[in-house]
Amino acid sequence: MPGPEAAAPRNRLAVAGARATTLAMLREQPRGDVVRNAVFAGLLLLAVAIALAGLVALLVQAFAKGSPALSLDLFTNPPSTAFPDKAGFRPAIIGSLELIAGVILIVVPIGIGAALYLEEYADSSRWWNRLIELNIQNLAAVPSIIYGILGLAFIVRGPLDLGFILAAGSMTLALLVLPMVIIAAREAIRAVPDSIRQGSLALGATKWQTIRRQVLPASIPGIATGVILAVSRALGETAPLLLVGATVFITFDPTPFSPDGYSAMPVQIFNYALRPQEEFQTLAFAGIIVMLVVLLAMNSFAIWLRNRYEQRW
Amino acid sequence: MSRLEAQSPRYGEKAIQGLLALCGVLSVLTTTAIVISLIGPTIGFFKIVPASEFFFTFDWTPQFEPPSFGVLAIVIGTLNVTLWAMLVAIPVGLGSAIYLSEYAPPRVRKTLKPTLEILAGIPTVAIGLFAVSFILPELIQPLWPDGFLGGAQGKPFMALAASLGIGLMVVPIIASLSDDAMSAVPHGLREGAHALGATKAKVATRVVFPAALSGIVASIVLAISRAVGETMIVVLAAGSNPHATFNPVESIQAMTSYIAVTATGDIPTGSTDYKSVFAVGTVLFVMTLAMNVISIRLVRRFREVYD
Repeated sequence: MPGPEAAAPRNRLAVAGARATTLAMLREQPRGDVVRNAVFAGLLLLAVAIALAGLVALLVQAFAKGSPALSLDLFTNPPSTAFPDKAGFRPAIIGSLELIAGVILIVVPIGIGAALYLEEYADSSRWWNRLIELNIQNLAAVPSIIYGILGLAFIVRGPLDLGFILAAGSMTLALLVLPMVIIAAREAIRAVPDSIRQGSLALGATKWQTIRRQVLPASIPGIATGVILAVSRALGETAPLLLVGATVFITFDPTPFSPDGYSAMPVQIFNYALRPQEEFQTLAFAGIIVMLVVLLAMNSFAIWLRNRYEQRW
Repeated sequence: MSRLEAQSPRYGEKAIQGLLALCGVLSVLTTTAIVISLIGPTIGFFKIVPASEFFFTFDWTPQFEPPSFGVLAIVIGTLNVTLWAMLVAIPVGLGSAIYLSEYAPPRVRKTLKPTLEILAGIPTVAIGLFAVSFILPELIQPLWPDGFLGGAQGKPFMALAASLGIGLMVVPIIASLSDDAMSAVPHGLREGAHALGATKAKVATRVVFPAALSGIVASIVLAISRAVGETMIVVLAAGSNPHATFNPVESIQAMTSYIAVTATGDIPTGSTDYKSVFAVGTVLFVMTLAMNVISIRLVRRFREVYD
């Protein structure tokens, strides 16, 4: 065995050799690779730029075309076919608010209930529970117009036979966004660690007391975020409402159970957009501005809520 | 022997469990209700119109005398819009996803992803109006080569305008879900490839992309299903001219727009038109159901690999 003094130069030689080899291999990447790398990164940036440009163009165009009609009249005046300069969205705005209130009333208890059942009670090895799960995932992707058909055949006519009333619109939209609420609520409930449940059970709480006093309070921010996103989806939906009666040009404030018909914001925008005259087009864009502002505010609030109350366990 | 047992039967607890289970069952009932409400009138429809005419002919003229119900005309209309939408949305969506997951610094990613997701939250009636009043006159008509495939000038509606609008709508779906799939690929795989001398582009395309493939395909299938089921954009921008063509600059009618323009308000229950809405709805439901099931299965597979 040579001593440490003898090994030192040999070590130094080995390290120097290794460094030289590594540098020779890695300092210069092949030119082709460098070019391909840069082109690829450029293409990715182009893709992002196209998506962002689409978003910006949409927003800018809506504001440019709609701003001439922006005034308080939009909120206070009913629609009019004869006087587009005086026409507004009042019945549609009230209709949308009532629709959304109905959606919240239906979706919050049922959505949270279903999520609690699936997360806290259901044994996922049972086929019926797996069926419920698969079913909810699928329902979340069923086209909205199919819900319109369901509403028309099942709620407006057929078994429930409610007629073309606003409440039928609410129920249709509620069914449409229910899967979204269930999926979001499940994720929020799943994020509560098991140790919280076990601690509560160990102290003698029953299962429901554990859920009611520990799991639910801890998951409320997540659930609220999901509900807000679902409600903003319901607010922007047009297609199903066309099938369940929200097509009429009404000039009075709609009520939930009146058979006189109702209107909603996106349907009213659609109605204006179909008219070729410039004034109605402007009105349609003004309506879009109002909706975009409301929806952006709701979405930002949901994101803020999620970030603000996100619990790290 | 003593066991810990509840001192009372706790009927309240059981009642609550039953009530919650009922909420879960309601979702199954929704699907059942959809199927029931579609099937009845669809069977009624096929008593009037032979299935061979419905499935194998290309003329969709319900308003003519005698009417013709060849659903292929509007199925192909839907596929026309979907095809061109995906041709735009897949590269843009996947490019954005790879950028988000592999290239973007964390801070950029944190703002860029929610910004793209705003697109998914814009009401489709707004995108439809954008398609017909901006994409068509300001983008397609000036850029489309004169006379190519019949030319784009002077047309108030066309499939391509709706396609680009739908493309804009589904880009965030592809970008966001594919980014999730690629971000779930373990870091060790990337580091291993880098250690072997792979460039960043190679790591992204040959390691991360294949590893996340099932999630990426699932996002694309979901986007196709959304495009097929989209209504307002095709109603506003694609026209209502049933026409079996894949030409992007023709005006066409999609399945969803037939349903939306036919089943409004005062359509008489029991008429052939009323029943035809349900027959078309059944075709649409079956098509999207198949795609949704494929997408759900693919997502499960990619979750199983890396969880």
